[in-house]
Parts: sequence; C-alpha cells; structure tokens
Amino acid sequence: MTGLCAIFRKELSDHFSSYRFVILFALIAMVSFITSYMAGMQLSDNLEALSKTRFPYLMLFSTPGAVFSMVQFVAFFGPLIGLVLGFDSINRERAHGTLIKIVSQPIFRDAVINGKFLAGVVTILVMLVAIVMVITGFGLSIVGIVPTFEEIWRIAVYLIMSVFYISLWLGVSILFSIAFRSIATSALASVALWIFLSFFVTLGAEAVADSIAPIEKQDVQAETIMRNVRIKEGLSLLSPMVLYSEATTTIIDPMRKTTGTMLFMTPLEQILSSRFQNPLSLSQSLIVVFPHVTALIALTLICFAVSYILFMLQEIRS
Amino acid sequence: MEPAAIIETINITKKYGSQTAVRDLSFQVEEGEVFSFLGPNGAGKTTTILMLLGLTTPSSGAATVCGLDPVRNSRDVKRLVGYLPENMGFYSDLTPLQGLDYIAELNGIPADVRSERIRRSLETVGLTEQIRKKVGAFSRGMRQRLGIAEVLIKEPRLMILDEPTLGLDPEGAAQLIELIRSLNKERRMTVLISSHDLTQVQKISHRVGIMLKGSMIAAGSMASLAKESLGIEDGRFSLEDIYMKYFKEV
Repeated sequence: MTGLCAIFRKELSDHFSSYRFVILFALIAMVSFITSYMAGMQLSDNLEALSKTRFPYLMLFSTPGAVFSMVQFVAFFGPLIGLVLGFDSINRERAHGTLIKIVSQPIFRDAVINGKFLAGVVTILVMLVAIVMVITGFGLSIVGIVPTFEEIWRIAVYLIMSVFYISLWLGVSILFSIAFRSIATSALASVALWIFLSFFVTLGAEAVADSIAPIEKQDVQAETIMRNVRIKEGLSLLSPMVLYSEATTTIIDPMRKTTGTMLFMTPLEQILSSRFQNPLSLSQSLIVVFPHVTALIALTLICFAVSYILFMLQEIRS
Repeated sequence: MEPAAIIETINITKKYGSQTAVRDLSFQVEEGEVFSFLGPNGAGKTTTILMLLGLTTPSSGAATVCGLDPVRNSRDVKRLVGYLPENMGFYSDLTPLQGLDYIAELNGIPADVRSERIRRSLETVGLTEQIRKKVGAFSRGMRQRLGIAEVLIKEPRLMILDEPTLGLDPEGAAQLIELIRSLNKERRMTVLISSHDLTQVQKISHRVGIMLKGSMIAAGSMASLAKESLGIEDGRFSLEDIYMKYFKEV
C-alpha cells in the first residue's frame, strides 16, 4: 500500500502541476463557460413565457447554447482529456530510465499502473466536478435556477458516467503507452482510435445499414425502415461516444423515455404520449440506460485489465 | 568463521524465445566482499542482475539473495538490495531532494526519519553542496553519485551497480570507485558491480567473475585467476591481461 500511495500522490501532483493539465483545463473551462452562459441566456428568454418549468437546472446542461450543449461537448471532447493525461504515462518513464528505478524499489509492480490510473481518474473527477460547479453557479447567478434534489442526483449520476467514459480513454492511452515504446506512436494510436470509434463508426453504421436494408423511394415499407434503423443503431453502439451520449441524454432529460431515436406508434399511443407528458423518475431513467451504463463500465474495466496484464508481463530493462 | 553467501545461484537459465541469455549460471557472492561481473555487452550480466532482484523470472534454476527467493519474495529482496541500473534516469522536474524523498517514500521510510536519512546519504556521496541545483544541471558524475544516494537511502545490505562508471571522465570514475570502496570498508557493505572499466574495477574487487555468452567462464580472486591464466604469482598483473587472456582461449 505504501508504494501505491506514494505513486498516486506523485502522479497526482505531476498532473496538477503540468502545463498540459493547465492548458486542457483552461480550454475546457472556457468552453463550458461559454456554452453554459449561452444556454442560460437562451433558457431565461424561453422560460419567461412559461408559468411552470420542469427541470430548468438540467436544461443548462442539455440546451445547445452556441453550437453544442455541455453534454454533447463532453461526449465529443471528453476523451481528449483521458488521452492527454495518459498517452505517455509508461513509455516516458521507460525512455527516461525512471521506470526501472521505481520497480526496483520494494513495491509490488502493479502499484505503478494502479497508482497512475487512479491519479488520472481523480484528475478527471476534479475537472468535471469543477466544471459542473461552475455551470451551477452560472445558473444560480444569471438565470436564477436553483437545482432540486432530483436534479442533483441526476447530475451526480451524469458525473459518474462521465468519469467512467473519460477513464475508458485514459485506459486506452495507458494501454498504448505500455504497448508502444515511442511516445509519438502511442499518442497517434490513441487519437486514431478515438477518431475512428467516435466519428467513423457512426458513418460506417449508416453505410452498412443502407447496403443491407436499402430504403427505396418508390415503396417505403415500415419493415425496411425498421430494419435499416435497427442495424444502424445497433452498429453505432460499438462507439463508446454513442453509448455515452445516449445514456447521458436520457439521464439529463427526464422526459426522454427511450434511448432509441425512432419510434413507431399507433395513433392512440401518440395521443396518450402527448396528453400525459410526465417525466420518468430517476430509477426508471436508470433502468432505461442500464445496458448502456453496464457496457460503458465493462469497457473501461476491460481496457484497464488488459493494460494491467500487459504491464505485469512485460520485462522492464533500462 | 566461514563468510555467509549473500547471493547464491544454482544453474539459473534465462531464455528469450530460442535465445539463451544466461545458461546454467552458478556463482556465489559472500557477505562483505566486492564482486565484479565482467564480460562483453550481451554476455547476460544485466539479465542475471534482473533475475537476482526478481524483476525477471529465471526459466530454470534457483537463486537466493539475502536468504530469500527473489521469485517469491521480490519485494523483500528489493527492500534489502539497492540497485543502480545502467543509465538510470531522474525526474527532471523534481529537485534532487524531492526525488530522494519520493524514493524514501516508496521504501516506506517513515516521514519523521526521512529527511535525516536523505541528509546522511547525500553527505556520504558528497553532494550536500550542489543540492539546490536541478538534476538537469548535474554532470554525469554527480548524477551517478545521486543515484548511489538513492540506493543508500534504504540502507541496503547489498548494492548492485550496473556499469556505474560508464561515460564518466577518469577523475569522476576514480571518485566513484573510491566512494564504493569506502562504503564497502566502513559499512561492510557487499557490492556487486558489473563493469567494463577494468582498471577501476581492479582497485576494489575482491573477486571477479567473467561472463561470456551467458556462462561464467572464470570466477575467483584476481590473484588466483592471474595464476591460472597468466602464471603470475607475484601479484604484478593487470585485470585487463587476465580478461584478454580468457577471451583468447575461448
């Protein structure tokens, strides 16, 4: 335990005192400032007309202010935080000859990788909590929105999911920093994987769906459209970004009752759903996104486990 | 009294795929002596050292270090053995004191005795003056001495030094060797050195082992090796002659 504590503390102080953390944090703080400010402005305009609004605090996170909402921003660029914190964690120490020094001290070897991963996770947590606090403060002072208990719980769940999501990318970058000796290679590999999984998988899913179940203009049948959408949605779930954004938008917006984008409803159902627009309770929202959350957490753990095993098996020479 | 063996290996072998880095190596290092590991690059010296520390596991055979099995009790072995790796690096963003403190923390040295231990080990290696400088500004000789200070923090029973004089100027090398000699003399510290610097090693070694292609082709005190290989009995030999003689034979 002494080894783990020492490495954790060293890594954490390295993160917080590094330029890259400062730059990253400044960038993200700036974007979240602007996004939440714009969202707040828009909200206060829109909400004036309404007598009773539901969950205005959560809308600070889900309303697209300038270009995207806070939730979308984290889904798109959150991975970058994880990648930047981890891409050189092992191979830099190896290149500088400090790794052999650390493992020849009386510690278990896994303390090195556990300490590094934990320090990264805590850094991510601190960043996200700080940003959420800033947005809450904005909401309070500019728009006058006071969060309710239900909303605070939802934000807490959102935070936990975001920490896992970004930690997944931290795990990926640590994995590459173990697998590749060169820092440039590991950085490029993790960015390439991020771009592929975040942006190309959704495009690819569309192409695959269109080739398997093409929708022709002449006779559009409900079954073909269903099939097309099902394939598309199923394949895009391979992307952690899709997993995460579907899960978080459902958590942040209690009015959303499904993660799917397309619904077929009979006319009666349509009337029902428009008449009785009641929000889901938090537990119900959680049940809706349970598969997504499980998959996300499993991915994070698998990624860490693979890097753990790889690191334990690797020979460390000066 | 027969001196106790602090390192003992019995037929340890390390294979990497089809290549054998160390083949059936058996040797002993006794408590309180300076034992030098000689041999060309790639002879298996570093691999042997890694096996002694439990940083890599032997393919077959067994080793005992300070009475412990490095495969099973690697952490306990590393508590008793200080290792200075070849080309050891330092955290360039830490001051030497912070770096030493980190190493002390990793060794589980309680916070209240840490600064005292750091001061003492810096004094031993003669770096108290330069301590305000960043490690980045250290000369190679100073870095090696700082490395030894990091090893001394844990107050080891055995020091393993891998190429400590590599890349040092003659004066720096002589100072470092003098430091090792005094540690051995005054603290009775056992030292295992792997080196190419035969003239320096000759000054301090009690016994030497010559490795080639994973096997130890000769081991013993320098006088006995001189007698065996060169037939010199009056003690006027150089280690270099012995070393070259063994290589011509193989």
